[in-house]
Amino acid sequence: MKDLIEIRWHGRGGQGAKTASLLLADAAFNTGKYIQGFPEYGPERMGAPITAYNRISTNPILIHSNIYEPDYVVVVDDTLLESVDVTSGLKEDGAIVINTTKDKDYLINVLHGYNGSIYAIDARKVSLETLGKYFPNTPMLAAIVKVANIMEEKDFLEDMKGSFKHKFAKKPEVIEGNMKALELALKEVQKIK
Amino acid sequence: MGIRERLSGNEAAAIAMKQINPDVVAAFPITPSTEIPQYFSTFVSNGSVDTEFVAVESEHSAMSACVGAEAAGSRAMTATSANGLSFMWEMIYIASSLRLPIVMSLVNRAVSGPLNIHNDHSDAMGVRDSGWIMLFSENNQEAYDNLIMAHRIAENKDVLLPLMVCQDGFITSHSIENIELIEDDKVKEFVGTYKPEHYLLNDKEPMAIGPLDVQSYLFEHKYQQAQAMRNAKKVIADVAKDFEKMTGRKYSFFEEYKMEDAEIAVVCMNSTAGTAKTVVDDLRNKGVKAGLVKVRVFRPFPTEEIANALGNLKAVAIMDKADSLNGAGGALFEDVTSAMYVNKKQVPAVSYVYGIGGRDVTSNDIHEVYEYLQNVANTGEIDNPYRYVGLRV
Repeated sequence: MKDLIEIRWHGRGGQGAKTASLLLADAAFNTGKYIQGFPEYGPERMGAPITAYNRISTNPILIHSNIYEPDYVVVVDDTLLESVDVTSGLKEDGAIVINTTKDKDYLINVLHGYNGSIYAIDARKVSLETLGKYFPNTPMLAAIVKVANIMEEKDFLEDMKGSFKHKFAKKPEVIEGNMKALELALKEVQKIK
Repeated sequence: MGIRERLSGNEAAAIAMKQINPDVVAAFPITPSTEIPQYFSTFVSNGSVDTEFVAVESEHSAMSACVGAEAAGSRAMTATSANGLSFMWEMIYIASSLRLPIVMSLVNRAVSGPLNIHNDHSDAMGVRDSGWIMLFSENNQEAYDNLIMAHRIAENKDVLLPLMVCQDGFITSHSIENIELIEDDKVKEFVGTYKPEHYLLNDKEPMAIGPLDVQSYLFEHKYQQAQAMRNAKKVIADVAKDFEKMTGRKYSFFEEYKMEDAEIAVVCMNSTAGTAKTVVDDLRNKGVKAGLVKVRVFRPFPTEEIANALGNLKAVAIMDKADSLNGAGGALFEDVTSAMYVNKKQVPAVSYVYGIGGRDVTSNDIHEVYEYLQNVANTGEIDNPYRYVGLRV
């Protein structure tokens, strides 16, 4: 991992992109890193496009602005691809990770010739198989951890188990499904370019 | 050695309040400070504090309840933002003139209108002459540390003034970042027990609080308030020394970043200072002698110290996250420039208004300010001292 990696999340209100960015910050924090996890608050409502950010660094993080030249971009909802410039400023030695079932040609075309790597995962399928409901943020969290090589998969899963125990203290029945969603997502995310 | 944690600025403020365990917290929710009383009320209900939590129906009542609680002889805290502070306005002045050391978390947000829930400093600037001590915080760590130091400053018998700890709404209040917490027992010992000298519930000393103060007294009482504010400087410095002994973290009236040989510098407050430090590093790598002064103690204003810190520069920009709409420049700009004039420091100075209503403040914005300062330093010319950065015109 580089000294500093910057990640931008694009999602829609209610899909948990903010929560995912906070969980990612948590996981990286537990590996000893300096972290930032913050959403860009707009007029919040279900379904509206939202942005969230992560900085993960080996050194204390001083900057307090949004991220304009991310190393990685995570797209939690592929209906955003045609309305939001998701690759804006995205570094070409980085990557974009998209929750989608669209084919390679469509993705290359809709990303306006982005030259970096493109990863895809069907987070809906993963979520429905493991949780029985559509919560795309858990699979997308696993996908970005793998693509950005933020930590060892084993350590990540171990750490998330602890986080879920805390987060879902009042509904422990969903912990197992969320853990399965992470495990499956680590396998399902594919580099398509 | 402290506890390594990751918390949002609001969580950090709530944890500080938990460790302080005040007698009374009275608060009304308002974005972006809502989470502070929200988290704190869970501490109350799960018994980790024994605070009386007063869920009032407005901010005016929140401050009134704090005034009543402090006057009665207890330690009171609250949190608010923007219009919540506006609604407290009347009681803000009552609190300071009654010399009640209430401590507030002010999570800075633009005061309406038009309606905007995002960060700037217009709320804090509106109460800058209200007789409250005002500390500003770059990040969650400083918001936490300033709160831990707050009661020791406010309750000192030479001070007895209310104190607010400011941090940037959303930018730090809602951002999860690393923080080093202090152990509960150390905080408890550091903050100490509140022992007011005069208080309403002391049956051995019956007293009235807040009666009519006529022509023959108000002037003297205002003088005493002003004197208390002047006294606060020494107390703030003393408390910071003790805090440094406990944590190793050093706090002054302001932080000087790479100022030793600086030729140009920016003065600002809160989260922008962090971004500006990265720009200073960048400029230093390019051989530009840039520096930064981050004001922590805004009230009392450290006039002489700041004038000395800036006195040898070739140009300085003072950045205000609130436009005073006075046709002359921001509030921090006016304080800094008048401090320099009175202390006979002649440095070309410009006012930059920035980041209004949550406009993101980028390193490019800060670079633009330093570029202008380089120009001023080279030519000695200022075409317009009342400037904006990040504004679409």
